[in-house]
Amino acid sequence: MLKVQNLKSYYGRLQALRGISLHVGKGEIVTLIGANGAGKSTILNTVAGLVSQNEGKILLEGKDIRGLAPERIVRHGVALVPEGRQLFAPMTVVDNLELGAYVRHKNGSKIEIRQDMEMVFDLFPVLKERRKQLAGTLSGGEQQMLAIARALMSRPRLLLLDEPSMGLAPKISEEIFRTIVRLKKQEVTILLVEQNARMALEVAGRGYVIETGQVVVQGPSADLLRNHEVERAYLGKTYEKVWE
Amino acid sequence: MDALAITLQYVFTGVAIGSIYAMVGLGFNIIYNCTGIINFAQGEFVMLGGMFMVTLTTVWKLPVGIAFPIAVLLVVLVGIGFERIAIHPLKNPSVLVLIMITIAGSILIKGLAMFAWGKEARYLPHFSGETPINIMGATILPQTLWVLASLLTVVVGLAYFFNRTLIGKAMRACAHNPDAARLVGISVKQMVTLSFGLSSGIGAIAGVVITPIILMDYQRGAMLALKGFGAAILGGLGSAPGAVLAGLLIGILESLGAGYISSHYKDAIALIVLLGVLFVRPGGLLGSADVQRLKKF
Repeated sequence: MLKVQNLKSYYGRLQALRGISLHVGKGEIVTLIGANGAGKSTILNTVAGLVSQNEGKILLEGKDIRGLAPERIVRHGVALVPEGRQLFAPMTVVDNLELGAYVRHKNGSKIEIRQDMEMVFDLFPVLKERRKQLAGTLSGGEQQMLAIARALMSRPRLLLLDEPSMGLAPKISEEIFRTIVRLKKQEVTILLVEQNARMALEVAGRGYVIETGQVVVQGPSADLLRNHEVERAYLGKTYEKVWE
Repeated sequence: MDALAITLQYVFTGVAIGSIYAMVGLGFNIIYNCTGIINFAQGEFVMLGGMFMVTLTTVWKLPVGIAFPIAVLLVVLVGIGFERIAIHPLKNPSVLVLIMITIAGSILIKGLAMFAWGKEARYLPHFSGETPINIMGATILPQTLWVLASLLTVVVGLAYFFNRTLIGKAMRACAHNPDAARLVGISVKQMVTLSFGLSSGIGAIAGVVITPIILMDYQRGAMLALKGFGAAILGGLGSAPGAVLAGLLIGILESLGAGYISSHYKDAIALIVLLGVLFVRPGGLLGSADVQRLKKF
């Protein structure tokens, strides 16, 4: 589905990614874990087209989409749920969802879009209750749900999720993660960036550990959960506990 | 005429010109919301609207009903053309550069208009005759009703466009959060072109309906733009209801000032009120102070 080869990204003169290679298979959930500033979000933003200075290859089903503008990439079936949700705050929930399906409106598929809206309401029933409310007035968890729902409205083949649990109460985070598992059953391919490494590895099949713009460890989630270095650095266990 | 009738008369006059300021202010806001810049060529769109209308009706002898939409369409083409040639090709331009481009555009359009229509003021017959209508001792020209009807049409049209149509919503989305807009597939550059088309069209409508009342010459746009800019600022930059309210307010104040104090000070009175309000409420009448802090200017 997605194959990233030797990707290097820059913010001005600062190099944020130092040759990242990773792949995401169809129907897979893959997670990127790592500390703040390691470059996880940069990977997602580069794939979505928001970081314009980069080199390497980003292959989506064999086609190189690197260097395309974000508004073109979403037409190729890649949707990013950005960090901090980035909703259209002064607009209603329904307006946000309608704009999420912006790329599909031109084909005159009004009925399909209605159906998809019912589908995301089914996924997040609370959004249906709040459909006429302004996005900016929703709670943090509801905003995150709306951000995911908006991305789903473009019918992505690949969903990029950037820190969906950020700033949310543990209970709400769990709800978001349950939805991610449900999406997997609907065969949406997901690349997930998460601070909460344990939760991420529990839903994902595979994971990559990113440090200072490079992949340092990779493998199936079960292996990463047992990897001593990963346990110590990202799962909150000290060496003592690991050795006991 | 008694005092009330006289005041009413000044208000009518003020509402007519105020409607024009309101429309110019709306034009400023549309481009500001989409790009964060002030388009200093906005007044030129008003002037061009009036001038095209003059040529279409007096030289080409077209009836008002046909000439009006053609004049507006021509100005929209100028607006879109200006954006396509001067602004669209730039990659990541700064706000300052964009503003200077619009100033250059304004000077260029003014110069071309001088060549095309000469330096003297152009006259356009009133659309529905010049028989004044009597209201409580004061009179109102049928043309003023045209002006008011245009403002109303523009306001209702814009409200519908921005709240009910997908493209309108996309424009609002791109004004609010350009990155998020791009992520859902909205081309910000297309929306910028569209915003120039829209605001030049509104400017043209204002120019067409006001020309019979104030006459039009090649440099008339500048003063109208200044007052319209005042309306946009006074109402709170970016706020459409604010621009309409403030435009009418400036127009009425100006007219009352000209009537009761002296017509020499008419421009000064409006601008002093503008400054006064901004000292107390820097965000404008309907703008919020929090939003103001985030604005570039």
